[in-house]
Amino acid sequence: MGNNSNAAMRPETQFEIRDLDLFYDKFQALHHVDMDILKNRVTALIGPSGCGKSTFIRTLNRMNDLIPIVKITGSVKFDGTDIFGRDCDVIALRKKVGMVFQKPNPFPKTVYENIVYGPRIHGEKNKRKLDELVEMSLKQVALWDEVKDRLHKPALGLSGGQQQRLCIARCLAVEPEVILMDEPTSALDPVATLKIEELMSSLRERYTIVIVTHNMQQAGRISDFTSFFLNGEVIETDHTDAIFSNPSNSKTEEYITGRFG
Amino acid sequence: MKASISEKRGRRSIRETAIERILFLAGITATISVALITIFIFGSGIPALLDSGFVNFLVGTNWSPANGSYGTLPLTAGTMAVTLTALVLGIPTGIACAVFLSEILHRKAARVFKFAIELLAGIPSVVYGFFGLIVVVPAVRTYILPLVRLWDPDAHTTGLSILSGAIILAVMILPTIVSLSENAISSVPAEYREASLALGANKRQTITGVLIPAARSGILASIILGMGRAIGETMAILLITGNVAVLPKSLLDPVATLTGTIAMEMSYASASHQQALFAVGIILFIIIMLLNAVAQGVSKRMGVNQ
Repeated sequence: MGNNSNAAMRPETQFEIRDLDLFYDKFQALHHVDMDILKNRVTALIGPSGCGKSTFIRTLNRMNDLIPIVKITGSVKFDGTDIFGRDCDVIALRKKVGMVFQKPNPFPKTVYENIVYGPRIHGEKNKRKLDELVEMSLKQVALWDEVKDRLHKPALGLSGGQQQRLCIARCLAVEPEVILMDEPTSALDPVATLKIEELMSSLRERYTIVIVTHNMQQAGRISDFTSFFLNGEVIETDHTDAIFSNPSNSKTEEYITGRFG
Repeated sequence: MKASISEKRGRRSIRETAIERILFLAGITATISVALITIFIFGSGIPALLDSGFVNFLVGTNWSPANGSYGTLPLTAGTMAVTLTALVLGIPTGIACAVFLSEILHRKAARVFKFAIELLAGIPSVVYGFFGLIVVVPAVRTYILPLVRLWDPDAHTTGLSILSGAIILAVMILPTIVSLSENAISSVPAEYREASLALGANKRQTITGVLIPAARSGILASIILGMGRAIGETMAILLITGNVAVLPKSLLDPVATLTGTIAMEMSYASASHQQALFAVGIILFIIIMLLNAVAQGVSKRMGVNQ
């Protein structure tokens, strides 16, 4: 025990969310969400379908900007900067806050081109640097050995699980600080799911991970913190162990024990 | 009971068979028409090909039916020059327009734009020709010619030229290119768009890096269809390209096209001249067949590559 463990116990805050309301036109999808998302921790968002988890996670990299009817009030601070503020560069934000989607969505390009797409748009032209990035990113997601001989084959020829790992590698290649994962394993079989989970536990040391999941065992296995959403509100956020063993709110307990949802 | 069921069934099956036969006849009509036209064109044209010699007919540069000289190179060159120039003008415009409609313009406004562009397809080609003759031809003469003279003082044109024809043709193929490309771009799955933006790409990078490449087979199909339309177009081109069967040296020179020559000369042609015109038809036929084959080959290859 000492300074090290102290630092581990009080990690920095990556996202500070205060009084966040989100409306789709007149429908309010998020109500007064307050949450701190800690650096280098895995935060799981659980809750029944339609409770606002995905909407919330898409707020963190401003993907909701794409939907014109969305209105947002409240504040979301990323490393202390208000992401809705005038001085926030959404491109820079999305470079630092990567996203992995529910359905694997590699581009209809080769494996190699998928990985270098991000670095290239951010200005990397050096062929050797790009090659290194491809190898490094694919090794990080444990896909290198499987695809190193087919780097220049279409990515859509990979299996679903491989495609999803490729999408994670594509996200890592732009060297983000945060990875948002919106139900990344819901379209995958159990073996592929296990691989992604193993991958997440290897990534947790270097990245802040926020994951939406329908699978409570998954949240239990991989996350440090769990936040329970219900009808657009955060019911409670706590250490994952605490949420699952001793939830302080009765609604959380009912959901976790399977009485609704 | 049993008897009446089988009777009903019998009557029904007669009706079914009759309907099938009718559909079969309708279906085979199209096939037979193609076969008959092909046989007819080749049958009427091949004697002329043999008379002039196959190679002479294709690469001969003198088309003067009055002297019995049938070299079609000027016509093929005319068709190609007008078509390619039209594509050079029409493809970038068409794709840019498609991107604008599907990615930039608000959906409601895009609907008005799309309607207007589809109206272009409904204008009869003789009207395009008339418009070209009254507006584009004088414009080329009064505005483009002085520009060209800046570096080539000897340039001259009446306005009846490859360029005028190509400008009109470019507008005529816009509806094909725009609406098919727009469809192709709009039907790129939203996931690709999201993935690109989530990596920190801006709109321009997403359009050029992901959307257009993902829609490329559709865009290519639109270009090839547009090209087919351009090659086959007769009336508009007839009115504005000047119909001079001489190898062109510049875009401001007049040309005669394969289709235009057939249309103009068929009414008075006789004997060998008429056969030669059918042979010109064969050339046109083969060019368009090749184009279709290329189109299918390319879109298949691209489909596999995805």
